[in-house]
Amino acid sequence: MSSVAREWREIPGRYNLEGSKCGCCGQVYFPRRDFCPKCRRDGIGKVSPYKIDRSGEIFSFSIVYESPECNSFLKPYAVALVKTGDGALVAGQLVDVDLEKISIGMPVRAVLRKLDADGASGVIHYGFKFAPAL
Amino acid sequence: MREVAVIGVGATKFGELWEKSFRSLGLEAGMKAMEDANLSGSEVDGLFIGNMSAGRFINQQHIDALIADYSGMATNHIPATRVEAGGASGGVAFRQGVMAVASGMHDVVLVGGAEKMTDLDDTSINHIMDSTADAEWEAGMGLTLASLHAMIARRLIHEGVATREEIASVAVNSHFHGELNPGAQFRKAVPIETVLRSGPVADPLGVFDCAPISDGAAAVVLCPLSEAKRYTDRYVKVSAVAQASDTLALFQRRDITRFGATAAAAERAYAAAGISASDISVAEVHDDYTVSGILALQDLGICARGEAGKAFLSGATRVGSGKVAVNTSGGLKARGYPIGAAGVAQIAEITEQLRGTADKRQVKDARYGLAQSVGGTGSAVTVSILEAV
Ligand SMILES: [Zn+2]
Repeated sequence: MSSVAREWREIPGRYNLEGSKCGCCGQVYFPRRDFCPKCRRDGIGKVSPYKIDRSGEIFSFSIVYESPECNSFLKPYAVALVKTGDGALVAGQLVDVDLEKISIGMPVRAVLRKLDADGASGVIHYGFKFAPAL
Repeated sequence: MREVAVIGVGATKFGELWEKSFRSLGLEAGMKAMEDANLSGSEVDGLFIGNMSAGRFINQQHIDALIADYSGMATNHIPATRVEAGGASGGVAFRQGVMAVASGMHDVVLVGGAEKMTDLDDTSINHIMDSTADAEWEAGMGLTLASLHAMIARRLIHEGVATREEIASVAVNSHFHGELNPGAQFRKAVPIETVLRSGPVADPLGVFDCAPISDGAAAVVLCPLSEAKRYTDRYVKVSAVAQASDTLALFQRRDITRFGATAAAAERAYAAAGISASDISVAEVHDDYTVSGILALQDLGICARGEAGKAFLSGATRVGSGKVAVNTSGGLKARGYPIGAAGVAQIAEITEQLRGTADKRQVKDARYGLAQSVGGTGSAVTVSILEAV
């Protein structure tokens, strides 16, 4: 799915949930953006790296039964949109969870896991997933 | 700017057409549209083609040249342009064609849409469709296009905007009309139980909540409205072609129970046509997933929030029921969803409706018809309005 360079480039976001914060208007973004769509040119040079809150709650979710080949070893698996503590919405998989017991509003936290294996090159991708918060 | 007319339409049958190649599909649809417009072919001076991913589906890029060549346009060195906007590729191609004629740059334009999908296996096809979402932060995190729509559906249910049954009834409506369309992939009405009990794809959505994988092509011919009578008595006026964008990723938006791009494009389209949603008699909406049909009617202003599901479930969206007839072609769900062809096929259906050639699907006395084409999770949307003359 992606090259080694592409994998390496996204490590701050995929491992550490590093996004951006605009120093002009205070808006938090994930993934990283170098340009604030709200402030446009006024925000240039004022957008800096910002690690978003690793905890949040489930905003919506789905159980995936038909998945791409690279994820077929997982299925069925759960995915969610998670609203983090600082208000950003983030998409990711849900792990360590009973598929029957997922609900909107459920508290979760980001954990580092294997995302998928690249079939052709054998590159294994790591990144965040969400697990129920204890 | 000049006013523009649709003077001819044509489409192949949609479905798993293993015996037909991409180029033969494109040629068939184009020739049907030319014949419908009474053109020899030498009148055409511009060609636009909606196509999402021939590069990945059939390993062929540069399909603008391919279609120009095999349709005979390359002989006259007619400019050909391929347009890609995910699921909205056909809708955006149509808009490009209308703009080309309206501006005076071109006089007779052929807009085609084509996709050849079934040469690949289903898993590979779905993976390609997922790339119309954010490939890095949605698809790359294990989310599928179906699961993104499933999360929209779950949120609609959670917020009390629509029930699971109402969402499922969007497919029932499309299949009801598909039975009446000889060109549809599925020509069989289905009861709601069939949709609700279909195998899971991305919970809560099942197989019958998802448009099928299809091969097919569609084409329409455009010219200035003032010139239309030179070619045919059966033409319709293009009253508006609006387009809007939104964030690529669904999670970048605060509210996922509406597509802001549909609402924006609709507002621009109604203003350009000088009408309101209540003037629309027939609409083709982008039901790539059942839930998308609910969003469409609400965001287009055809139904109030919370009312779209009721309209589908009660049958008020069916031809002959008096209100707005929705997806009389069978929609993406029953007519089929060869991606790049879908938005152009919608224009062909609305044209048939407004000129009174829709046969068993004919809506009576329709003056205005609307087509909505959507890419990804509402990241690109076109809303076109046609008017009977
Ligand atoms: Zn800002």
